[in-house]
Amino acid sequence: MKTLSILTITVLLSTSVIAAPKAAPSASPPAKPAVSSNLFEAADCVVPETKIDKLVGEKLSKLGIKPAICSDEVFLRRVYLDVTGTLPTAAEARDFLQDKGKNKRAVLVNRLLDTLEYADFWAMKWSDILRVKAEFPVNLWPNAAQAYHHWIKISLRDNKPYDKFVREMLVSNGSNFRVGPVNFYRAVQSKTPEGLAASAALAFMGTRVDTWKDKEALPGMSVFFSQVSYKPTREWKEEIVFWDPDKEYNDAVKAAEQAAAAAAAEQAAAIAAAKAASKTATNVSAKATTNAVPKQAANVVAQAATNAVAAKPAIIVPKVAIFPDGTKLKTLPPDQDPREIFADWLITPKNPWFTKSIVNRMWSWLMGRGIIHEPDDIRPDNPPSNPKLLAYLQEEFIASKYDMKHLFRLILNSRTYQSSSIVPKSKELAKIEANFGFYPLRRLDAEVLIDAINQFTGTSDLYTSAIPEPFTFIPENKPAVALPDGSISSSFLELFGKPARATGQENERVSKFMATQKMHLLNSGHIQRKLETSPKLRSLIKARTVKNKDTSKDILEEIYLSVLSRFPTADEVKNAHAYAKSGIVKGNDVWIDIVWALLNSDEFLYRH
Amino acid sequence: MNTESSMNNKLQNVNGVPISRREAMRRGITGTAGLLLADKFGGFGALAAEEQKPKPVIKAKAKSVIQIFLWGGMSHNDTWDPKPKSGYEYLGDFRGVLDTNVPGIQVSELFPQLAKQADKYSIIRSMTHRNNGHETAAYIMQTGHMPGERLAYPSVGAVFAMFKGYNAGYKGVLPPYVVMTQPQGRFSEAGFLGAKYKPFATGGDPNAARFEVEGVVARGITDDRQKARREFLGKMNTMRNAMPGNPQLAESKSTEESAYNLILGKGKEVFDLSLEKPELRDKYGRHTFGQECLVARRLVESGVPYVTINYPGGWDTHSNHFLTMRRQCPQLDQGLAALLQDLHDTGLLETTVVWCCGEFGRGPKVDWQPPWNGGRNHYGNVFSVLVAGGGFKSGCIVGSSDEKGEEVKERPVYPIDLMGSIYLLAGIDPNAKLPHPEGLDAFVLNPEEKGQKTAGYLTEIMNI
Repeated sequence: MKTLSILTITVLLSTSVIAAPKAAPSASPPAKPAVSSNLFEAADCVVPETKIDKLVGEKLSKLGIKPAICSDEVFLRRVYLDVTGTLPTAAEARDFLQDKGKNKRAVLVNRLLDTLEYADFWAMKWSDILRVKAEFPVNLWPNAAQAYHHWIKISLRDNKPYDKFVREMLVSNGSNFRVGPVNFYRAVQSKTPEGLAASAALAFMGTRVDTWKDKEALPGMSVFFSQVSYKPTREWKEEIVFWDPDKEYNDAVKAAEQAAAAAAAEQAAAIAAAKAASKTATNVSAKATTNAVPKQAANVVAQAATNAVAAKPAIIVPKVAIFPDGTKLKTLPPDQDPREIFADWLITPKNPWFTKSIVNRMWSWLMGRGIIHEPDDIRPDNPPSNPKLLAYLQEEFIASKYDMKHLFRLILNSRTYQSSSIVPKSKELAKIEANFGFYPLRRLDAEVLIDAINQFTGTSDLYTSAIPEPFTFIPENKPAVALPDGSISSSFLELFGKPARATGQENERVSKFMATQKMHLLNSGHIQRKLETSPKLRSLIKARTVKNKDTSKDILEEIYLSVLSRFPTADEVKNAHAYAKSGIVKGNDVWIDIVWALLNSDEFLYRH
Repeated sequence: MNTESSMNNKLQNVNGVPISRREAMRRGITGTAGLLLADKFGGFGALAAEEQKPKPVIKAKAKSVIQIFLWGGMSHNDTWDPKPKSGYEYLGDFRGVLDTNVPGIQVSELFPQLAKQADKYSIIRSMTHRNNGHETAAYIMQTGHMPGERLAYPSVGAVFAMFKGYNAGYKGVLPPYVVMTQPQGRFSEAGFLGAKYKPFATGGDPNAARFEVEGVVARGITDDRQKARREFLGKMNTMRNAMPGNPQLAESKSTEESAYNLILGKGKEVFDLSLEKPELRDKYGRHTFGQECLVARRLVESGVPYVTINYPGGWDTHSNHFLTMRRQCPQLDQGLAALLQDLHDTGLLETTVVWCCGEFGRGPKVDWQPPWNGGRNHYGNVFSVLVAGGGFKSGCIVGSSDEKGEEVKERPVYPIDLMGSIYLLAGIDPNAKLPHPEGLDAFVLNPEEKGQKTAGYLTEIMNI
């Protein structure tokens, strides 16, 4: 059977190639520019102008720019990748492209925001920011990473209001295995009050404490996190995170006791050494020393005990808690978890960081760049490129009661989001870029890239974790985007820049091409095997092969819809035929090489 | 030696002036041998040195490094620090020791080939960090930094990739940091330096009929097809052709060209072991590790600054210890001994550091009880490291463990002592600053980190 179908294809391709030159003059487009405007840009404005576009337009018109709108083909692929981290299937692509509905882009946006892939994809993004990883350099442990990831994913799936999402983390108590959000207090390399404060500032205020000029600010903020306590249970690696109002006192006592014990041990060791030395001595004075030793040792131990008691601080002088805006809180109320006080301060429409940080992040996730850039580096000397736009997004977000899908929808339906990715010719390119004059190209993230390849080939990858735990078992067809724990990985993901989840900074994920990555895509056994064994490619070819009929165009069309989410152009059809005719490869290998070429094309590798 | 205790203090007093441990380390104030080194630093005298930019301190001997990492942790007393008199509870199955070709040095019966090569390497028998967790100990032994610090540091190889590779005008076709065959994976090996400094992992098996190096040597793709594909891709790359001048696509194009330089160029011949004489291949051993050693020599020959062999197997022998050792040690013995001999014969040993160890040793006392039934546990209190070439003296033993191999007896060697010495030999300043994405202070090595200890560079076995 197999050989038969391969033979048929060869025959079909070669017969069609013979016909190709005749068809070529009429089918091929007249000139190159037509390709760019037809394929990548829409002929007329199919998208209504929104408030966002007015605010962006004010800036761009000063730069002499009026962006073109992207084509349906580009929009389809862009919105799938940006909202769900997946590609449309061939059928979905065909349906959308052939849909004549005027509102079809907005309809698609609504549909994608309600998919489960949406939750998976954004859970991955949040897991980068919140460092969801079993081991190294943060150490959550597999079951805790799973619990945390699950909580994040469910929150996103249910579109939990963002203020509630953050508050649940900030004021959480309980077991790391059972209460997902408590792991916010564990996913740090330093579980000190300052470490926790720095983590909260980065995640929810979009600001890096290292850039804070006021050196009192971090210690002041950390007071709100000074009563977070941890204790183990009898279950292996389980840890309870809880509010301990007496933590400072308890810690001071513990430290004093430890110091005293260490001092006593040191002295006892010194005496023991003296004793050992005197044993070998023969003279009288040494013997006298020997006799004195036990007494001395006893004294030392007694003294150490007294020291320990004395070291217990009678009163802890409360530190002054300072909100990051400089407001001081002289005393912490004894009956309230200070984290709640901090959350009450942070999570209000008036807070200068909270809403700004999240809307700016969400904008940057879709637009490839923050209005304040980088999105987690908010500071006075890093102003927004468009303050009115930022303010508008905040108003909308607050008015919608912190509805993340609402904000996404608002941006996705704008002409700004749907602008062309063709860079305008201008000397002020940097300014145009900072003011969102075009949609910037971005290489697919490691996870999205391998999932896309697996989707259209119908193959899968193996993901493993070095931490031996039953929770790290991964079903075969799990997409990389949905991996719940940063410790679960593959060599492909490592090579293509899956972040280490060490810092929680967005720039940890580097999606820039390196030669070694290109080598892998162009020439690895890993990718080649996928193409050779692809059940999808095989069945696609088989299903469309009809005796005595040239179906090669149908097959090519289906491949294009699966890989690039569009129909092939006449030029591309011609090139494919020419390649088949060249005779360098035969049979199925022709199709393999065509898919290989599309997989290695920039159109596939970049969000555009 | 009491250098250890003095170095443990936060401050050390020199000529009545307290100086920091960093500075002490920089000047190599570590006993007599350290004094010699200190002269080459430019001397002790002027404290103003603290203000000067630290420079590479000695003339670099080592051009390349081959690191053989025995993942899981290899027993020290069954191998390079035998304790034939420690009794059955400690010895288990292995009692035999072998005299080497250097009088006074013995290794275990499992290493007959290395026994004939002791004049080409030295053994450190007092390596210590007292950490018994795989990932933390591996982090220490790969980076020279303490776990629990805020920053995730790059591995030694990534530092080489920066200082001897990308930042040193390295022009090789091959990436400057190559790992056979799989990356370490447990932590990000490039740390905060980022993806560019990650090792290139070959994949494949050099002992197979064809060493299919991932991305370099593909299965069943002829050069003609390779060239035809490339040309075809150029035509089918519609978006690239429609967006001339786009900066991202320019990057895509240039990385594609670099990739093809290797795929279609001479560079890939480095991995073609059929170009070696069959007898030499036999000598290395017809097993994955042996052939990896041969590839490592070829990589070094072609100028790659850092090659890591992640031992193809595991040394985490909690149970089945003795059987595993009987199976694995002969391969390690054969491959490593052949590598040293070959590097020596080709003159490359003078410019190539070879170092071999795991993240820790294994419990000198056998776990006879169930469920281990004759295994050895993790052990970081004392273990052994083999070093050779690139300016390291050979035929020496550094330090010693106590009579049962449980603690350091003399001359502790801490991770930064070993790694600092390797950096020095390669002309990399161990105190150089590393670029941190947030602009934080980060150094190649940092003796002031919490938990760091040092007893000084290995000047006793360095030809400087």
